[in-house]
Amino acid sequence: MDTTHLQRQAAFVRKNLFDQGYLDEQFIQLEELQDDANPNFVEEIVTLFYNDSARLIRNIELALENSPPDFARLDDSMHQFKGSSSSIGAKKVKKECTQFQEYCNAANAQGCIRTFQQVKQELVILRRKLETYFQLARQTA
Amino acid sequence: MECNGFNSPRSDTFPAGLRVLVVDDDPTWLKILEKMLKKCSYEVTTCGLAREALDLLRERKDGFDIVISDVNMPDMDGFKLLENMGLEMDLPVIMMSVDGETSRVMKGVQHGACDYLLKPIRMKELRNIWQHVFRKRVHEVRDIESHDGFEEIQIMRNVSDQYDDIYLHNGGDLTSGKKRKDVENKLDNKDFGDPSSLKKARVVWTVDLHQKFVKAVNQIGFDKVGPKKILDLMNVPWLTRENVASHLQKYRLYLCRLQKENDIKASFGGIKQADLSPKHTAGKFGLHNSINIQQDDAANGHFGTSDNKIPPHNIDHKIHEAELKGIVSMSMTKPKKAQIVNIPEPQKLSSSGTGLSHSWGSLEPDPKYAAFDSTLTMQYSWRDIQYQEYKPHLQLENGFRHLPLPAIQNHIQVNTLRPVPSTNTIPFNKERDKPSPIEIQPSGAKCRSQQIRQVAPTGNAFDLLSAQSESSMTNFHTSSPPASATFSMKNQGIDRISVTDLESNKGNLIQEIGEAFACIDEDLTASCFQGDCCSINLGFQNIAEVSPYLYDALKFDYENPCDSLEYPVIIDQGLFIA
Repeated sequence: MDTTHLQRQAAFVRKNLFDQGYLDEQFIQLEELQDDANPNFVEEIVTLFYNDSARLIRNIELALENSPPDFARLDDSMHQFKGSSSSIGAKKVKKECTQFQEYCNAANAQGCIRTFQQVKQELVILRRKLETYFQLARQTA
Repeated sequence: MECNGFNSPRSDTFPAGLRVLVVDDDPTWLKILEKMLKKCSYEVTTCGLAREALDLLRERKDGFDIVISDVNMPDMDGFKLLENMGLEMDLPVIMMSVDGETSRVMKGVQHGACDYLLKPIRMKELRNIWQHVFRKRVHEVRDIESHDGFEEIQIMRNVSDQYDDIYLHNGGDLTSGKKRKDVENKLDNKDFGDPSSLKKARVVWTVDLHQKFVKAVNQIGFDKVGPKKILDLMNVPWLTRENVASHLQKYRLYLCRLQKENDIKASFGGIKQADLSPKHTAGKFGLHNSINIQQDDAANGHFGTSDNKIPPHNIDHKIHEAELKGIVSMSMTKPKKAQIVNIPEPQKLSSSGTGLSHSWGSLEPDPKYAAFDSTLTMQYSWRDIQYQEYKPHLQLENGFRHLPLPAIQNHIQVNTLRPVPSTNTIPFNKERDKPSPIEIQPSGAKCRSQQIRQVAPTGNAFDLLSAQSESSMTNFHTSSPPASATFSMKNQGIDRISVTDLESNKGNLIQEIGEAFACIDEDLTASCFQGDCCSINLGFQNIAEVSPYLYDALKFDYENPCDSLEYPVIIDQGLFIA
């Protein structure tokens, strides 16, 4: 595949991510931080995020195991995770996090559990898409 | 992480080289912020724990110019950390959080944050943080100029002159000459250094100025009042916040004294007024009080009948005034001399109770004092007991004329307190710009389980995702090759692997999926019913959002958005390792 085609592909994937609401402005901030000193900055950050997210997700899972769950603790854990996902501009993930917190406030365990599934799902989807994008970007670098 | 030399000269290139300490338990944010700050040409040190940060700050006392910290730290409440950082190190601290709720922001400001940033943070927000450092420096210079030496004198004058003028409708400045002399004596003792500081412009609280002040206070509402607000309302360009703050304290004292006059008459409850003493900002009273504390320690034994419930922090508060430290130490070595010098000050009158009651009688009775006579008599007779050892001083006679009553009483209260070493906890006084140091109380409330933090992330990611795939609603799909052509090269191998896996577990998977979807079905149905009578609309909406997606998945006929679910675990591992 020639570079131009790959470049276009990369650009297309990237544009989609924004258009479809997977990513927000923060991602652009990360891109702007990328420079010669850190040529793979964005990817490094995303990797770091996903590695760390496992821990945070686990926290929430543990908290959800209790019945009834400690909503304050849940909210707290989710708050942490939400803050983390804001770091890469994970828009949809963040949205689900907010939803989750609203269920916490309403002490709705079922809602929390459901939304948590959504959160995890969005995480996976985003990861996949970003991987696609990074692959392309690397090939065109 | 890195700790570059922190004593490098930066003045030429300011704000470049600004030494920033970033504290955040989120490693992703920490890295991002580090990069952002480096791009601003700042010197960055990162820290993942609040305690670490405090240790670091203590180790390198002057090693940082500014601290940026997240509000939600696992090992310590962010606000507490903020307080400690601001107080102990007197550094500007910026708070960060995902949560931008007004109450939180307000709390941050109340705890001393000079700014509150919302995550996600933009680089442009970080570019300007140097202003907080700069502002602090400017204020410090102002503070030093105003506190060093001349403010003490100014206060002494003001206390007697102005309070007399304003509250007791007394005119004249009869004792100012005497005071000036005493002040100079004191200066000699205290070694204030540059005597020319005396000649700096001082704030004279004229009746006019005070009227403006009172007007502003009433406008704001006495409960909500603060030096800054008053300053703004007064609209006096040359007046500083510090001036207003110290005046506000005096004003408060005065009002409280008026209010509690009856209490005083009823019992030896003068001590209640000690509550007011922590509010002295400039420490002018503290100066005197601290001296008396040294002297009165012996006298404390007499206070059998008094209510000694004043919390030690009242004195502590004053002692902690940085500018007073030298004074306190001086007074400790020369108590007698200090006493003599201070006696003419209105506050000092209490320390010679015996003398007072004598000289009080000898003075020409001023009509304005008549009303307070009974109070005074009571006060002083009480003090007679305590301060018998103190000799009356002739200077008292003159000093008496301009006795500011609030001052006396407050001073007396303080005398009853024993000196307290500097490490006690002190409640936070919101009016003050620089509250007294507060002991760090670790709050266990927000402690996360530490073990989890230590676990290797990669391992967890794998476990997480596989667990997730099994339990998640839309998961393994036994059909459809990847839709995206660009994946063909790399994915083929993986394709095979996953398909093989799937096939081998096909039976189980289908069952699992079936069960999963069955659950979902029930879930949805139940939710739908609930949705009608459910008070939370969001729940209903969520279902609405979820269902089309679900049903798409159910049909095994999904578009690109679902691509990623095909090869959840294995690919992820592979690609990210690369």
